[in-house]
Amino acid sequence: MSKKNPEYDFKWCPGCGDFGVRRAIEFAMINRLEETGQPMENNVVVAGIGCSGNLVHLLEGQQPYGFHGIHGRTLPVAMGVKMARPELNVVVVAGDGDFLSIGGEHIGPQAARNLNICAVIMDNGVYGLTKGQSSPTTQLGTVTSSTPYGKIEAEADPLELYLTLGATYIASGFSGQPRELAKLINQGMDHEGFAMVHVQSPCTTYNDTYELMKGNARKGIEPLMYDIPEEHDVSDKGAAYNLIHQRGLPVGVIYKDETRPSLQQRLEDIKAKAPRRSVEDLMDSFAF
Amino acid sequence: MQMRDFVVRFAGEGGQGVVTSAEGLAQASTQVGYHALTYATFPSQILGGPTWTQARISVDPILSAGDDVDVLVAFNREAYDTHREDVRDGGLVIYNSNDFQLDGDDRSYGLPIDELARTTGNNRAANMVIMGALAHLVNMPQTYLEEFVEARFRRGRANDDEIIDSNNLALKLGRDETSQSGFVLGDLTPPEMPEYPQVMLKGNEAISLGALAAGLDFYVGYPISPATTILVFMERNLVGEGKFAYQVSSEIESITALLGGGYAGKKAMTATAGPGFSLMSEGLGLGWMAEIPLVVVDVQRGGPATGLPTKTEQSDLLACMFPAHGDVKLPVIAVGTVEECFFGAVKALNWAERYQGPVILMTEMALAERVQNIHRPDLSKVQPERRMIYDGNNGYNRYQGNEISPMPLPGGPGAYVANGSEHDEMGDTTHLPSRHVQMTERRFGKLKLLEENEYEAENTNEPVAVMPWGGSKGPALEAFNQLQEQGVSVGWYYTMLLSPLPPKLLEELRQKELVIVPELNYQGQFSGILRSQGVNAVSITQYTGLPFKVRDLVKRITEMNNSHRKEMVRA
Repeated sequence: MSKKNPEYDFKWCPGCGDFGVRRAIEFAMINRLEETGQPMENNVVVAGIGCSGNLVHLLEGQQPYGFHGIHGRTLPVAMGVKMARPELNVVVVAGDGDFLSIGGEHIGPQAARNLNICAVIMDNGVYGLTKGQSSPTTQLGTVTSSTPYGKIEAEADPLELYLTLGATYIASGFSGQPRELAKLINQGMDHEGFAMVHVQSPCTTYNDTYELMKGNARKGIEPLMYDIPEEHDVSDKGAAYNLIHQRGLPVGVIYKDETRPSLQQRLEDIKAKAPRRSVEDLMDSFAF
Repeated sequence: MQMRDFVVRFAGEGGQGVVTSAEGLAQASTQVGYHALTYATFPSQILGGPTWTQARISVDPILSAGDDVDVLVAFNREAYDTHREDVRDGGLVIYNSNDFQLDGDDRSYGLPIDELARTTGNNRAANMVIMGALAHLVNMPQTYLEEFVEARFRRGRANDDEIIDSNNLALKLGRDETSQSGFVLGDLTPPEMPEYPQVMLKGNEAISLGALAAGLDFYVGYPISPATTILVFMERNLVGEGKFAYQVSSEIESITALLGGGYAGKKAMTATAGPGFSLMSEGLGLGWMAEIPLVVVDVQRGGPATGLPTKTEQSDLLACMFPAHGDVKLPVIAVGTVEECFFGAVKALNWAERYQGPVILMTEMALAERVQNIHRPDLSKVQPERRMIYDGNNGYNRYQGNEISPMPLPGGPGAYVANGSEHDEMGDTTHLPSRHVQMTERRFGKLKLLEENEYEAENTNEPVAVMPWGGSKGPALEAFNQLQEQGVSVGWYYTMLLSPLPPKLLEELRQKELVIVPELNYQGQFSGILRSQGVNAVSITQYTGLPFKVRDLVKRITEMNNSHRKEMVRA
């Protein structure tokens, strides 16, 4: 919303990573607007349910279109919007619980289709809005309200998952660097295919990972994050795999495949050959 | 004996030509001016399994598949054993003597179907052998079938003549063989070719064509019996600029992609059956809440869970009217004939656009697979409606006011958030009690836009009336006509607009002492809905997976009518 709305009573906690992601998305949409000359209304932000999904109401400045639907279903909604109106720029914003747990079934099919959208996943490793239950990216053994004796399952590795399922653009970012994050998002928007921008967006209340991410020299904590070296070949799937499995959290573009056509392109190619028949003509084929 | 009506049941194993024989007979008959209607039931497997299809051929327009079988064509022994009892007294059995032999049934004769087909040099002419046999039994002129063969197989191929000759030979062989058996059934009255243009359609084809005529842009779906044929139709035919048809990975994807498409400005539709419909529950609630036009076709089958995937039932009504949690009541249109499939689809898409929300179009297995000749729908009379679209004016908010309001479309002015949480007029989440009151009333208030007085009514002065819904219309109407002939006075009401009901109809129904509702479910779902709206309605229920027999309805309506009148006298 562009101005303060007195009825809207949702707030992120102070220091929440989602503030930075919101800023990055605003930057990215403004950048795109300047680059393409398209109006802001050509952007559609499809939001999941959770703290992160509220981003769609909290965007400042010029307003894009938004869709704040039901838990876990951002991707098929985004597919509907994009395939209905391919000229729109469709961005998904969802949390790790929404996207990887309840919505996990939708990633594979969209990756296989190479749906031309950009998904920004805000990973805080916890269900924040319901007050601190374990999520797919919560570390094994972590004590949360729903895992009082420690988390039982191994944590998911989202970057590896996206790579395995066939996403054609995979970037890893951090909410504390909105300018840099905006660039990753812009590349995702420009990418003609299924773009995943996975963002570490810490929850200051239930899972504060700022220190872990950035390190603390005084305490002798090494930062988990590191910038992906320039020599990394983003078109090399094997190199992407190795990068993901190194110690630490790579930040930057991990993988990019520009050879695969998007769902839209494939459909256009295939259906160009299909006969186009009027309803009258179809009706004729049943006449006798 | 003159016959105005002729019912043939083909029974055998999937893949033996059971369905094609019935549909071929229906096509051949309509070609020369008869009316035809088929009833099909399939085994839920790819090949084999017991299956049967019934074709009813008549000089008059047909309402049901027919209670009594005049001729059973049994492709194997199991089919004979299962279906023999449904053959009327004086009816006949033709059995495939290449498959089995039968002794001791003096109303049967063996037809070496495969062998006769082979001698024509065209193994695929087996259907024609049977048709030749049937034609002889009802004294149908050979020329009728030859006309059909000509129309069907003359396609401009080099071997057209060869194919046509072999089929005509097959007809003749079937006819000759039957003539030697000595059996005849009667003389089917010569047809009167209807003066209006006709098409021969299955219910699901009629729905597909109706949706296209209403301007459908966007179709997504997931395969499920008996709705799959609509997906297949759309994948093939919904192509072109701005059109999209696509198979997605689940019904959850279907409904949510549909929401995206509807939100982005498209006329969007999917078709599914019970299990898929259940998966759409949350998405349908979102459509209601965020005010997004879309249509879901529910092709009912036996339920719950996987239930009876290839049998017919009318047991999804409550699920369709109240598909989601929270305060939701979706508009429901239920079609009862192949013709209504076409016009019901048009109406459903128009309703979705008009009130900006999800509409459920209900049909059922027996109708989906029914082949019937109908009056060709006049496309020039179809009037597609389009939602009110916001075209710019500063300061507008999407959910403004207590009534329907123009819908902004992405790319255009009026950016807002389509929100599944309770929201204010800008689409932002709110928890204010007064706002929830206002928005709830706004959503329910829009249903008023769908109140139309389209319904059938006869004998409106009678205190007792029959009012079926959906596919039970046919057998119920046939029963009603028979009751009229027998001098039993009851009223007749019917509408495909189940929710909201036509207000005048509801008013009339409330005046009735008793409204009898034939419906294919255990609970009497529609009569329950009517009772909740102040109508004294009682159901005639059946839950066999099969449609009503007219005879049963005549009997039960008579009983209910009589016992009601006795009670009134006592009172």
